[in-house]
Amino acid sequence: MSGVVVVAEASAGRLRPSTLELISAARSLSAQGAGPVAVALIGAEAQELADAVDLDGVAELLLIPAPVAHFEAHVAQAALEAIVAQRAPAVVLAGHTVQSLGFMPAVASRLRLGFASDVLSVHWEADRVRAGRGAYGQRLVAELEFPGKPTVLVLVRGGAFAAAAPAAAGSAIRTFLELDLDGAPRSTRIELREPPAGEVDITRADFLLSVGRGVEDAERIAELELLAARIGATLSASRPLVDAGWVSSERQVGQSGRTVAPKVYLALGISGALQHVAGMSKARLIIAVNSDPQAPIFDVAHHGAVADLFEVATELAQQLG
Amino acid sequence: MKLLVPVRQVGRLEGELALDGSALIAESALDWQLNEWDAFSLEAALALREQAADGEVVVVSVGGEQAESALLACLAKGADRAVHVFDPDLAGADPLALAAVLERVARREEPDLILCGAQSSDAANGATGVALAGLLDVAHVAVVTAIALDAGELIVDRELDGGTIEVLRLALPALLTVQTGINRPRYATLRAIKQARSKPFETISPGELGLEGEALAAAAGCRTVRLSEPARGEGAAMIDGPPAQIAARIAELVGEALRA
Repeated sequence: MSGVVVVAEASAGRLRPSTLELISAARSLSAQGAGPVAVALIGAEAQELADAVDLDGVAELLLIPAPVAHFEAHVAQAALEAIVAQRAPAVVLAGHTVQSLGFMPAVASRLRLGFASDVLSVHWEADRVRAGRGAYGQRLVAELEFPGKPTVLVLVRGGAFAAAAPAAAGSAIRTFLELDLDGAPRSTRIELREPPAGEVDITRADFLLSVGRGVEDAERIAELELLAARIGATLSASRPLVDAGWVSSERQVGQSGRTVAPKVYLALGISGALQHVAGMSKARLIIAVNSDPQAPIFDVAHHGAVADLFEVATELAQQLG
Repeated sequence: MKLLVPVRQVGRLEGELALDGSALIAESALDWQLNEWDAFSLEAALALREQAADGEVVVVSVGGEQAESALLACLAKGADRAVHVFDPDLAGADPLALAAVLERVARREEPDLILCGAQSSDAANGATGVALAGLLDVAHVAVVTAIALDAGELIVDRELDGGTIEVLRLALPALLTVQTGINRPRYATLRAIKQARSKPFETISPGELGLEGEALAAAAGCRTVRLSEPARGEGAAMIDGPPAQIAARIAELVGEALRA
């Protein structure tokens, strides 16, 4: 078993930037002795996207056309199962994304692969792969090994590796894999619905006052709305408050909401789960107030305070208002 | 319509902790509760049962005593029956090992629909449900935000990045992994909590399901070698003092940043 296969991900005809990060991770595994790097492109647009992943250090492109124009989990599953069966790579790298989570665990269980998701680090030593991931709500890091697994499927968190430079064009061999995938789809797309355009666009605000689970009481959202208005900020929120119906979805920051990069992001009572941080880590100044000193938000914030958010909010209304 | 809902009790690590080099934290050091996502998948199952006149909701959990607490919580909320695959060694099992055990239960129960939480809040693998679907070879959709029945088929909303929704149609049997916010999970009444213990509750070992020893060990997708404290970056510069002092410093920082 040798070699690293990167599974490229595209959406709406464009390569996801995370794919370049995976290529970078694959190159370092290859340099550590894991074997040559191949990039697999599964889908109707495989050929059009090939140039974008034909980068320095990529030996082969595996092109797998699909019978449906858009991503369909069972087609992707059948295609990846065929790739693993034919190529028997030592490592398969893919993004820890909604798309990957829709089919890769099924490939891993069916083919009895080694498997880890949301991986933060991966390396190759003494002819085997090791990986690191968060544990216990990201409080700890778990080091993983995959004994007795000739092929290991690793889903890598976005941003864990720097992206491969897109400028350096390679000269990879292009291989078309002709698979019979006509019977593979098991779901039919009825429609693709974009999120409704709301009355507020939080991506355009310079100053976001963002509130999270620490609010604890629907009645108190109004106080925070008033505070935001008073200090010239736009109110945004993390997912739990949107799920609970306390704040409208157009104000949600995170992977499944909006990605924002304001001048100031003031986070009150937000713990800083992965899916939230993905949507706000590019803010120029991040200040976090949380009652839990262990909250992961303090790892991404530039300034932080361990305090009751409402006590700080009351003072802020007076001082910034 | 028969619905199978795999659930988990999750452990939250509170406060400071001294690591002793082992690969698992002692159960007593954790604060336990039903996985947040599983409250939503259970509620979705209860709602579908109420729509279909002759439905049954079976909850299943794998692990030691904590798994029993998760199952009792689900029975109190309205599940009809519970299956506890008892094995304390499986409490911290990886998604593929859990999927292998759940496969045995699912093959025995033959549900029309399996509803899993999209992930657990502690390990956050997001993989057990789809891994189970793979073993059962049933259709699956991950990270679902709406479920409807139409002429014996499912119509589901799948959540993509950035809030885009893909609406899909698929046939039963199927497995869905459920995202938070899909519904408003009900609370159990005090009376229902008391009555939960009188509902059918089966405790079974992996061995009785035909899965033990090497077969069970081989099903695991990975092994945790050790746990360590994360290498923290510089982290936030902490502002100390009473709320007024914290607010004053925040006001100062915000003012500077907005002027820049």
